[in-house]
Amino acid sequence: MGKNLAGKSAFIVAVLVIFCFGIVGIPHGGLTQSIKDRIHLGLDLKGGTHLVLEVHVAEALGSATDRDVARLEADLQKAGVVGATVGKTDPSRPQTIIVSGIPAAKLSDARSVLQGTDYSTYDVITTADGNSALTMKVGAVRDLETRTLDTSIETIRERIDKLGVSEPVIQKYGLGENQILVELPGVDDPARVEEIIQSTAKLSIHAVTGGPYESDQTALQANAGVIPPDSMLVHGTGSAGAPDQIWLLKRVSEVEGTDFRDAQPGQDQNGRPNIRFNLTTEAGDRFYKYTQAHTASSATPGSMAIVLDNKVREVAGIQSAIRDSGEITGAFTQQQANDLSLMLRTGALPASISYLETRTVGPSLGAASIHQGVVAAIAGMLAVMIFMLIYYRGAGINADLALMLNLVILLGFMGFTGSTLTLPGIAGVILTIGMGVDSNVLIFERIREELRAGKTAAAAVQQGFAHAWVTIIDTHVTTIVSAMILFLFGSGPVRGFAVTLAFGLFANLFTAVLVSRVIFDAILQKKERGAALSI
Amino acid sequence: MELFRTTNIDWLGKKWYFLGFSLIFSVLGVLSMLFWHHIPLGVDFKGGTQVRVAFEQTPNEDHIRQAMDRSGVHNARIQRVSDPSGHAANKVIIALPESTATDQSHDAGRQSVESALSANYHDSAFTVEQVEIVGPTAGKQLQKQAWLATLYSLIGMLIYLWFRFELIYGVAAVVAVFHDTLITVGAFSLTNQEITLTVIAAILTLIGYSMNDTIVVFDRIRENLALSRRESLHDVVNRSINQTLSRTVISSGLTFLTVLSLYLFGGEVLHGFSFALVVGILIGTYSSIAVAAPMLVAYQDWRVSKGKSVTLPAGKRAKV
Repeated sequence: MGKNLAGKSAFIVAVLVIFCFGIVGIPHGGLTQSIKDRIHLGLDLKGGTHLVLEVHVAEALGSATDRDVARLEADLQKAGVVGATVGKTDPSRPQTIIVSGIPAAKLSDARSVLQGTDYSTYDVITTADGNSALTMKVGAVRDLETRTLDTSIETIRERIDKLGVSEPVIQKYGLGENQILVELPGVDDPARVEEIIQSTAKLSIHAVTGGPYESDQTALQANAGVIPPDSMLVHGTGSAGAPDQIWLLKRVSEVEGTDFRDAQPGQDQNGRPNIRFNLTTEAGDRFYKYTQAHTASSATPGSMAIVLDNKVREVAGIQSAIRDSGEITGAFTQQQANDLSLMLRTGALPASISYLETRTVGPSLGAASIHQGVVAAIAGMLAVMIFMLIYYRGAGINADLALMLNLVILLGFMGFTGSTLTLPGIAGVILTIGMGVDSNVLIFERIREELRAGKTAAAAVQQGFAHAWVTIIDTHVTTIVSAMILFLFGSGPVRGFAVTLAFGLFANLFTAVLVSRVIFDAILQKKERGAALSI
Repeated sequence: MELFRTTNIDWLGKKWYFLGFSLIFSVLGVLSMLFWHHIPLGVDFKGGTQVRVAFEQTPNEDHIRQAMDRSGVHNARIQRVSDPSGHAANKVIIALPESTATDQSHDAGRQSVESALSANYHDSAFTVEQVEIVGPTAGKQLQKQAWLATLYSLIGMLIYLWFRFELIYGVAAVVAVFHDTLITVGAFSLTNQEITLTVIAAILTLIGYSMNDTIVVFDRIRENLALSRRESLHDVVNRSINQTLSRTVISSGLTFLTVLSLYLFGGEVLHGFSFALVVGILIGTYSSIAVAAPMLVAYQDWRVSKGKSVTLPAGKRAKV
């Protein structure tokens, strides 16, 4: 056994060194600083803001199909199908477009448009009354939702980066509920963060078909009491300092936040602040078609409204056709131009969001919690270690060494994997100490039993470990199973707890079964044959 | 030093006492859940706004309530933070019910609490330490998550025990754990302490711990059954409990010690968490002896009465 023992000891020392490295890393700027850099503390410990928000993906779906409605109308007209109505009738099914009133003579023309590659993301069915229903395919809907969520995360990340928060966490959250988790260490003013995230909400450019009006009534009167179905009334100031006015805008936007590639604040030839922007190629083509038909010199001059958060921010006349780059000039200050171009640059959210959860921990509470948690952990551990020494004498040293090594491995794991230590995580550490002790107690009690049955020290150690091993595996696997389930279905602090618990249990298996055994063997080797074991 | 060197207690003979004890506490808890404090869910699950405020001086709760009323914040629950060690009595939790935190106006509750405080106290007199706002959607989702996590982890353990032992062992262990959970949640209801996310983590921990304890006893029963087939199950179970008793007392005692230090020194943030563990360790240890093991004997008696099989399956033999 001697050679084997040396090998095992070397292995244990190697593990110890590796995990010490996990805790400290490459030392720099003092030991405490190194540890602080490696072991990430949760928001509950260092203070910060935790937000869970929901992206209303149905909105993005709605505006995508709105755009297709407009496209389909144009395509049908181009194909010579006149008199058909294209629209969405059921608000609870934003993914379905109904085409009704197709003249019988034009049915096949209409069908070839509907089944063209432009509408390949839709399932087309002909209903009993001769209408056609286009329903976006499940896969396409899912793609759009994923894209909306990803774009939202990117947008929020860029905005948060501009706030200068170090180590923010911005990621998908929950199991497919279109939620995003935002964690901002050190930020204890969630209202400000919420405002900044929300101010990037929905941005779009719409064609102006009427207005400005003084009030809703005058707007209605000007349109013979009915708002056209393809239009909507939107409030806003139109330009800086102007009173609240109402515009009639086309419901379908010409350009959306996601269509912007870049935007920079600048000045026009008269020195007025403006915003120069670039659109994506696809959006540029779309925009060109529209602006070309509505320049100031054309037969149908038009103007466009920049709508942010369902409020008209700017209304500007179309000076010339715009393809993929253009400029917005309005009566705004340089500061407003800067802000607006920042919003365009970071991209507006593709859909609006709402907040589901906000948790903020002030730095003082966090510091107090760390202090108390650490004191409790040390007090608990010391009490346990002292008891083990008194109760098991020599073998108590094994248990205490194993416990300390346990802690090193657990923290090393956390350092290597970059996982976060939370307050419940500290509780997880304490529980790990409990289970680590239990493993040692199981082994020691078994060895005592074997000794009482008259076995020699060596045989008792051998048998004690063999019997206890089965039980230790069973208890640890069951607890690891529950820790993993906690990790899968839990969130936030519960997850932190599950991670620490799982790591702790793996560390336990290693120390209780291997390390403790090697120490026993080393002691037995030095002893005279038949000498008593201190246990 | 050795405790309980050779105990020879007839544990199964006391099963009626155990049954009575378990029944009293379960029924008390259930009655409280049904008719008294119900299940006191915290902001995490119910939705709502909770603001934790630290005052410079010990605040007067009535004064805070009046300040809230003056500013039109009604239905606020104002609670002095209690710490087992008696510190930090100048902290107060102001909680608003779910209706104030809709998904639309998310932090209206927080704003009204803060403005009510600054209207009535000097700004330097208080610090907002912690704000939790949970919308109704998130609350329901967290409730569902907690239920699923508990259910799935029980199923996971049952399957593992079924695989390692026999189905009846798994069932007995799960029943014992259910008993522990019921009594612990009952204790929260009786003492009207809020069940938060961290308390759920504690309850799951206690499930793991109680399972751990039960498995140690079951492992010994399995081992003894394999060794002596002629002994009655009644005697085997009694002997197994006695043989593992010193381990049970030491391990549970030490775990209880660490949990107690958490309860006493861990600070009020962990108060609910450690309370659940303090109760859970005691009840979990008790149930592996008083609920899980007797169920095995009851199951075998039932099988005998049905004329099926005389011996309880020992399960897969432990490989030694």
